[in-house]
Amino acid sequence: MAYRQYMLVCGGTGCESGKSDEIYKRLIAEADAQGVKDAVQIVKTGCFGFCEKGPIVKVLPEESFYVEVKPDDAKEIIAEQAVKGREVKRLLYDKSTRKSNNKIDDIEFYQKQFRIVLRNCGVINPENIEEYIARDGYAALEKALFQMKGEDVIAELKTAGLRGRGGAGFPTWLKWDLTRKAPGDVKYIICNADEGDPGAYMDRSTIEGDPHSVLEAMALAGYAIGSNKGYVYIRAEYPLAIDRLKIAIAQAKEYGLLGDDILGSGFSFDVEIRLGAGAFVCGEETALMRSLEGNRGMPVPKPPFPAISGLWKKPTVINNVETLANIPVIITKGGAWFAKIGTEKSTGTKVFALTGKVNNSGLVEVPMGTTLREIIFDIGGGIRGGKKFKGVQTGGPSGGIIVEKDLDAPISYESLAALGSMMGSGGMIVMDEDDCVVDVSKFYMEFCVDESCGKCAPCRIGTNQMHDILDRITKGKGEEADLARLERIGKAMTKASLCMLGGSAANPTLSTIRHFREEYLAHIRDKKCLTGKCKDLVTYSIDPSKCIGCTLCAKKCPVPCIAGERKQAHVIDASRCVKCGECYAVCKFGAVVKN
Amino acid sequence: MAKMTLEQLRKLREEKKRDIERRETEGKEIRIIVGMGTCGIAAGARVAFDAILAAVERHGIGASVVLAQTGCMGLCHVEPTVEVLVPGMPDTIYGKVDAATATKIVDRHVVARALVNEHIYDRPAADIIRN
Repeated sequence: MAYRQYMLVCGGTGCESGKSDEIYKRLIAEADAQGVKDAVQIVKTGCFGFCEKGPIVKVLPEESFYVEVKPDDAKEIIAEQAVKGREVKRLLYDKSTRKSNNKIDDIEFYQKQFRIVLRNCGVINPENIEEYIARDGYAALEKALFQMKGEDVIAELKTAGLRGRGGAGFPTWLKWDLTRKAPGDVKYIICNADEGDPGAYMDRSTIEGDPHSVLEAMALAGYAIGSNKGYVYIRAEYPLAIDRLKIAIAQAKEYGLLGDDILGSGFSFDVEIRLGAGAFVCGEETALMRSLEGNRGMPVPKPPFPAISGLWKKPTVINNVETLANIPVIITKGGAWFAKIGTEKSTGTKVFALTGKVNNSGLVEVPMGTTLREIIFDIGGGIRGGKKFKGVQTGGPSGGIIVEKDLDAPISYESLAALGSMMGSGGMIVMDEDDCVVDVSKFYMEFCVDESCGKCAPCRIGTNQMHDILDRITKGKGEEADLARLERIGKAMTKASLCMLGGSAANPTLSTIRHFREEYLAHIRDKKCLTGKCKDLVTYSIDPSKCIGCTLCAKKCPVPCIAGERKQAHVIDASRCVKCGECYAVCKFGAVVKN
Repeated sequence: MAKMTLEQLRKLREEKKRDIERRETEGKEIRIIVGMGTCGIAAGARVAFDAILAAVERHGIGASVVLAQTGCMGLCHVEPTVEVLVPGMPDTIYGKVDAATATKIVDRHVVARALVNEHIYDRPAADIIRN
């Protein structure tokens, strides 16, 4: 006998601390007491991503969404909803109280997320073109080919206000318009799928989950600017994305949605895949085009911009995956619809790969104007293990760290730049109190040293110099003048580098010095790393007055270098200690001391 | 399929949309969809997929169940994810689906028509295509 109703009680960390477990048990007890236990099933679920208003109870099939529920509400919820079939009005989520910087008010949703780019990800089978078609796929192309001129498509993008999602935020319509107006018969469309930021995987997931949205957008771009040929430049280490893209291209050709004379319109467009070897610099558009031509992937000075002289010196539109995935929706639903989402200057949504020390890591898509606090603490469910938030790195090795006091800034291209970071491709790495900012800066600088193509001196030499200085600070060999040196080299790199790899490589270091100067000074003056991440600067010892001799640390020690009898105080042999911090983490009595 | 004309594309789209609606209203078909992006596969989606397939065969309900794959739905912290659409029951997304949970989903949700505790997650956003 099937249940006719289901009550879902959020069991996420946030709601658990709000007694959701007690609510769950009380609901079960009440359902039993009021004789409806065979009609309603009560289940505990994962996080609903609305922790601010927790504990949350959702009732299906009515879709009643209750917020800030208390254990004492259980009786009423069962009596009203399960027995009499009426909602408990006072507990329902009231949309009018939603604090948001957004202009969308005609869309019914309680979630913080709003999915345009990821609309089909996790919904359709990416290897079946018919499922994409069923969800209005290729409707935008159809509309453009038969009802719009090339310039109308561009005008729609202008109304939408779409800006490049690769990081720089250049208006997409302008890029297309310049390329359209550039002289020349042969023009190209490139999809930049060379996603390289550590921690960013939104483009991979978009292609894996919805490859046709990118292909449709490329065909739209071709129609708008007068191009018949597109290339997807994708890194070879994304094999699943490449496979699905190949299948999608083959199916689109078979169905006549790519290739010659699309749908009998007279417009032809073909797409080919080009694999990159996974060099970070090839995400830079001029380097990407050199690589695509078969040359070594190195940037060239701009201007001339790709719109005038791009691939094989022909006018070229180059857009990243996320930018493109927005476009079919803009054409189908209209630029005005899109412009309602987000903020005045940054319209639409942004996809972020939320990783690091958050409870709910994942791929999130939010309207521009959402705050970082909402992303990290509501959608992300806060910091893992109840630790203290330290900072969030946006924009990967090109971005900067954003700290607690700036978390309430609404996200836009301008606001992140004003905070000394950048939108970047959308990697978002959350750090807690256990992360050392000097160590993190060194990590990003090491990445830039590896990935610098070596063409221009500021980047080639600057990244190495900065890395060496950071390295010696983490080893306790830094001096106070090093901070000024880092800032001076960083500024020179920012100004003089040929491309944005060098131009932004100093950002993580400069922003952490700005926000955490004291922590740098602790490394330099006191030779101390308070987080214990810089292993040369930390020693572990055991406080004999607190140690009860439980032997847990000795068991966990990988060396092992902890000695001591059961129920006797233990001792760490510092000469053999590898400073892994295991003993510190496992001690329940605070007896292991980190210095 | 040969190259389509505009009319054929429109017809195909309408047909497929009707298919989905019919699936929802007539309710004969059970759909189990496994998230198979790189992240899902790395977290063990193939194992879950195989376990579901085995359980469906064991119950002899293969004729009424469609097992499909999809991309990443964004819930990376609870991969592998499996969506279960059973007529007459709410559409449900399960997370952290290992082989044992996958079997339980078929036994409990699909066959016995009750939700599986502790593994349900919410779709992250409203669907802009259908609303």
